[in-house]
Amino acid sequence: MTHQKVKEIITDIISNIAPDEDLSNIKPDVPLRDQLELDSMDFLDIVMELRKKHNIEVPEMDYPHLASLDSCAAYLTPKFLASAKP
Amino acid sequence: MDKKDRIVITGIGLTAPNGNSIDEFRYNLLNNKPNIQRIDMRYIGPVLAGVCNYDSLKYQKRKEVRNGTRAGSIAIYCSNEAIHHSKIDWENLNKFRVGIYLGITEHGNVETEEEIFNISQFNHDIKYWSHHHNPRTVANNPAGEVSINLKVTGPHYTIGAACAAGNAGIIHATQMLRLGEIDFALAGGVSESCRTFGIFASFKSQGALAENVDPNKACRPFDLHRNGIVVSEGGCVYCLERLEDALKRGANIIAEIAGYCINSDATDAVLPNPERQAQCMLHALEKSKLSPKDISILSTHATATHLGDIQECDALRLVFKDAPHTYINNTKSFIGHTMGAAGALELAGNLGSFRDGYIHPTINIDKLDPLCVLNNIVLNNPVKVKDINSILNNSFGMLGINSVLIVKKYN
Repeated sequence: MTHQKVKEIITDIISNIAPDEDLSNIKPDVPLRDQLELDSMDFLDIVMELRKKHNIEVPEMDYPHLASLDSCAAYLTPKFLASAKP
Repeated sequence: MDKKDRIVITGIGLTAPNGNSIDEFRYNLLNNKPNIQRIDMRYIGPVLAGVCNYDSLKYQKRKEVRNGTRAGSIAIYCSNEAIHHSKIDWENLNKFRVGIYLGITEHGNVETEEEIFNISQFNHDIKYWSHHHNPRTVANNPAGEVSINLKVTGPHYTIGAACAAGNAGIIHATQMLRLGEIDFALAGGVSESCRTFGIFASFKSQGALAENVDPNKACRPFDLHRNGIVVSEGGCVYCLERLEDALKRGANIIAEIAGYCINSDATDAVLPNPERQAQCMLHALEKSKLSPKDISILSTHATATHLGDIQECDALRLVFKDAPHTYINNTKSFIGHTMGAAGALELAGNLGSFRDGYIHPTINIDKLDPLCVLNNIVLNNPVKVKDINSILNNSFGMLGINSVLIVKKYN
């Protein structure tokens, strides 16, 4: 699992929960809320989709790590690697 | 009556299984075009239902459709269509003086069943239960979704009145306008009921779910071989305002509210009470200052259950025994039972009569039940009548709630 792959997973999740958004030019270092119409319920959807589809838990105190694609990748890559271990 | 107490209908937005506008709906009712289909229902299998095919993205983003409810989406579509139809200057209308009152039979069953099914895929672990559940299932949901969509800051709520709810929404709006609480109302009823297996399963257990090899022949009120209800979704929202306001802005006045009544059987949870239904009609007539013989069209509630239809016919005989020029019809025979929307949609199906002079029929009557024989039931084909001046619209619901709304042509 690479940072790039994690970014693709997050982008794919956002494409489902915010289907009206144009995701072709997301700047990875800019907060998602600054470039997309996302609210707190949408971030809870991202957390739920990570739980359902990837068996990854994001505790509430760690929600700020989901701010941008870069911070998502930095925070989630180890979790994806851990969940992939047999 | 004081001008400010005279309330008129100036716009209609609707979606029914056989039409997504007032004109399309009317055309299909006059041209024998019902639309009932067989759908697959979770845990049950194929069932007959009336399903709407309006364009949900006409007034909503895809995310709003995804996060909201079907009832909310139907309400948003109908409300926007009604506003366009009314030609009100919506941009400059004081939204704090707009009220949204939507009748519902039930709300939240669809969403709750969906979440229970969802967590069943995860060993019923509630950490998979959606955070959208509460805003989706609060009882004001459909009206609340409209207020957000249209930026209405006046009152919004739903009126839970079982299948009497569509009329109840319009009646409540009339009262609020007369009280001066609001200046403009979006009112009627909505239903997403054909998406909850619980309603089908309950009617099936009750022996009251319709079945027919031809879906479009399944809903057959007053027919000897009727065998139950076809559950449908739909919505109908009216723009209502005081006559003086409507005249001031040069609105097209579709009809005037003449009178109404809501009462209770106080007898049984499911079996209607003809005496109380008759009382409801008589009181609505009294409020309208009309006698039964003055009514041009009697739009019946009959859902095609064995006993319910007979009970309503008994009530009609009590009230309309001396009304030789009153014609009787039933809109459900085309669209099934749209539950919370039924009263509002069935009135809309008949309002075109003031303009075109026709009365739409009750279809699917091959052999009239001898216990449902009434004068002037419009059977299977529309009739043209010289003067159509008033419509009495019946809508009754479980736990014995009755609503009767009378509208008249505006002169």
